[in-house]
Amino acid sequence: MIDAIVLPLLKILVVLNAVLVGVTFMVLLERKVIAWAQARLGPMRVGPYGMLQPIADVLKLMVKEDITPAKADKWVFTAAPMIALIPALIVFAVVPFGPEVSIFGRRVTLAITDLNVGLLYVVSVTSIGVYGIILAGWASNSKFPLLASLRASAQLISYEVAVTMILVSMVVSAGTLSMAGIIDAQYQQGVWYAFAQPLAFVVFFIGGLAETNRAPFDMPEAEQELTGGFHTEYSGMRFALFFLAEYANMIVVSCVATTLFLGGWLQPFPNVSALSFLGFVPGWMWFLGKTFVFLYVFLWIRATLPRYRYDQLMRIGWKVLIPLGIANVVVSAVLKVLL
Amino acid sequence: MAEEPKAPASPAGTPSAKPAPAVRKPAAAVAPTGPVDPAPADDVEVPAWLVALQAAIPDGVTQLTYWVGDWTVIVPAGRLLEVGRHLHTGGFDFCSDVTATDWPLRAQRFDMIYALYSIRDRNRVRIKVRVGEDETVPSVCGLWPAANWLEREVYDMFGVNITGHPDRRRILMPDDWQGHPQRKDYPLEGPGELLMENPLDWLRLKQAAQEADIE
Amino acid sequence: MAPESQPMFDTDEIVLNMGPQHPSTHGVLRVVLRLDGERVVGSDVVIGYLHRGIEKLCENRDWTQIVLLTDRMDYVAAATNNVGYCQTVEKLMSIEVPRRARYLRTIMCELQRIASHCLWLGTHAMDIGAMTVFLYAFRERELILDLFEEYCGARLTYNSMRIGGLPLDIPPGWDKKVLAFCDIMDTKLVEYEQLLTHNRIWLERTKGVGVISAEEAVAIGLSGPPLRGSGVKHDIRKDEPYAAYDEMQFEVPVGEAGDTYDRYLVRIEEFRQSVKIIRQAIEGLPEGPITGKVPRLIKPPAGETYHAIESPKGELGYFIAADGKSTAPYRFRVRPPSFCNLQALPRLIQGHLVADVVALIGSVDVVLGEVDR
Repeated sequence: MIDAIVLPLLKILVVLNAVLVGVTFMVLLERKVIAWAQARLGPMRVGPYGMLQPIADVLKLMVKEDITPAKADKWVFTAAPMIALIPALIVFAVVPFGPEVSIFGRRVTLAITDLNVGLLYVVSVTSIGVYGIILAGWASNSKFPLLASLRASAQLISYEVAVTMILVSMVVSAGTLSMAGIIDAQYQQGVWYAFAQPLAFVVFFIGGLAETNRAPFDMPEAEQELTGGFHTEYSGMRFALFFLAEYANMIVVSCVATTLFLGGWLQPFPNVSALSFLGFVPGWMWFLGKTFVFLYVFLWIRATLPRYRYDQLMRIGWKVLIPLGIANVVVSAVLKVLL
Repeated sequence: MAEEPKAPASPAGTPSAKPAPAVRKPAAAVAPTGPVDPAPADDVEVPAWLVALQAAIPDGVTQLTYWVGDWTVIVPAGRLLEVGRHLHTGGFDFCSDVTATDWPLRAQRFDMIYALYSIRDRNRVRIKVRVGEDETVPSVCGLWPAANWLEREVYDMFGVNITGHPDRRRILMPDDWQGHPQRKDYPLEGPGELLMENPLDWLRLKQAAQEADIE
Repeated sequence: MAPESQPMFDTDEIVLNMGPQHPSTHGVLRVVLRLDGERVVGSDVVIGYLHRGIEKLCENRDWTQIVLLTDRMDYVAAATNNVGYCQTVEKLMSIEVPRRARYLRTIMCELQRIASHCLWLGTHAMDIGAMTVFLYAFRERELILDLFEEYCGARLTYNSMRIGGLPLDIPPGWDKKVLAFCDIMDTKLVEYEQLLTHNRIWLERTKGVGVISAEEAVAIGLSGPPLRGSGVKHDIRKDEPYAAYDEMQFEVPVGEAGDTYDRYLVRIEEFRQSVKIIRQAIEGLPEGPITGKVPRLIKPPAGETYHAIESPKGELGYFIAADGKSTAPYRFRVRPPSFCNLQALPRLIQGHLVADVVALIGSVDVVLGEVDR
């Protein structure tokens, strides 16, 4: 009974809280990292070094007036941000944060659950998030959001294909769809897939940038082009939910990338006994550290690169990434059979 | 612009008080009636291309002006396009500026001024066309597309009747503005009470006009 | 609307209004776009939102008072406007400006060119998405604004020229600071170029966008970097030298393809040339008076003239008619480079995508204060 109900509920509580707090602090992290890249300091006033800024932001958004445009489709308008946020959050159900540990004498896996089709679950759930964007643009009943949401949905669907191709090649390499199983496979094979399949790594990362609408693929939210994109008409808490959804997606992509390519919670060189002192750092800390590296690179790229124009973005998705993804599947399948 | 009339002189009782100076004449007599347009002095050599222009279009140039290094040709409105075409083929392919000056005391009120530049030969020339309020002047957009917005501004600010312009509408003022602001008889402060002091009245009037339009 | 194939359903053109309040129209500019999907099939540029009637105002002000009104036209590079106006009146009155004043004017104009291009670079890059360049460019612009604040007390609208020369001599140590700034600028230029010039994404966003040929550029009245980006070597500093430019060694960068990338390269090279000119001017700064012989009451003899200088945006011309009797000009006309360059915008954006409209507005580099006056 404890194993069946209480433990999963506790894990959900912990993970959900961690993710939501993490997402709000991502906002601060983004502002700080981008500010430092731009030779300035970022938020400094609220709390020491601006650390309490996210609390101020959340409070502000909660008390802000919730404006609904008169002709907007009320139910859809309200539901769209939720449809965008919820899939991003429920993906964390299959993310393995660490190995089995014993807490108070119980063996507990540091993952909410371990579906044996974990990767398939990830792909399908993240695809639902696109609906949130489309519905937001549609329900706003205004030209700018409509255009932006159409662009965003086209972009997301195109890059889904490339990302899915990569995931397929990972599955081929690892031999299993389960997330924990992939980590295990990397342990068994003694190499992180980032080094075994560098092309897949790069394509996945670029695809992940596009999936989360991050620069240089952030056309749909480019302020300069279409004044705020699909969330132009949103204010207050609903606007906050869109932003949370975007950052949650970023964290999801980073977590999945860590699991697939950087060995998840494995320490570097787990098979080398000389470096076993690294085992003192618990697995979930390695996991979080690697995820953080990905998040930092996301922010770094945003501060540095200009933005792709929409047609160039689609061209890259269809004419570059998808062929590379397919090639990668074929090559990894062939190598798997031969080796 | 005109000097203010001087006040009467010192108080009585001052032995060496000068007699009060006469009150100045009102502004109208002091206002200029037109530009000076001085002819070139004898020792100034007329450039070859200008001589060629005068030879090619005999009644094109009614007057030649030279002042502080600038050559200006005064052209009648009917000959503007011919002169323009001649200059254009002669290298004056860059239209720097099209503007106008208002000399309200003159019969032909406006002076249209076209400033041209030749990139090849690095020469400048100005064409001046005198046009009255009820006369027309052709548009030079066909020769120099650069004149498009410049002529729109002249129409907007002065109300010169420019014919043949592809897009003759106001550019700086709102489309439904009445009056031409840079004419000398247009007040500097604007049309006055209705806009400046009672903006709400103006708004009501405007809305009433719009509703009348709709009905 | 594809004429080759039968459309499966009706398509309509959408009318999109950019501005006057828009994050990237650089001021109150309104562009009404007619779009077929994402492609611009027609456009109309609406201006006049910042029209303050400066020309008519100046016709009612003293010759000296006008200097501070000219500041407010191209407020990004205010000293250039001042110089243009003062030189026009000096031409009308045949006043000789002493050599030191001419050198100082050159230094100010070139500092303004760098400041204006810094703003252009920052906003142009930010519109295309590279937001870090905005902060870097403004960091350098701050240094120039500090220099000007030390000279005349103001950061944006300087009122820094007088008819006949300058009102103030430079404070002691100012020239060393300018030289130090030049050294900093050289290193920072390398930074900007590293971020943008060979950046794959930048190249894709700017190469081939807004191509205009040399003949068309001349015909439509472009001047300054947009004209030079199309291959026309026309720079008033070289062709009709004024201030101390005839004594300076510098090159005029000229592009080839006439697209946004070439206009970008032309302006980046202009940065370097400006630094070169400033160095030469500071090192060769002569001693002497800073104002020429100017009568106490400025009253040019009756006559009119047109005088143009090379402002950072293009050919800035003043047409001034004096009637010889009053203390104000009879006709005061500014030929604003941004106004004439903006004319080319509908031609430039024709057939491009909405995202390119923003890049092209940045590439033409307009200041609405100058467009509307």
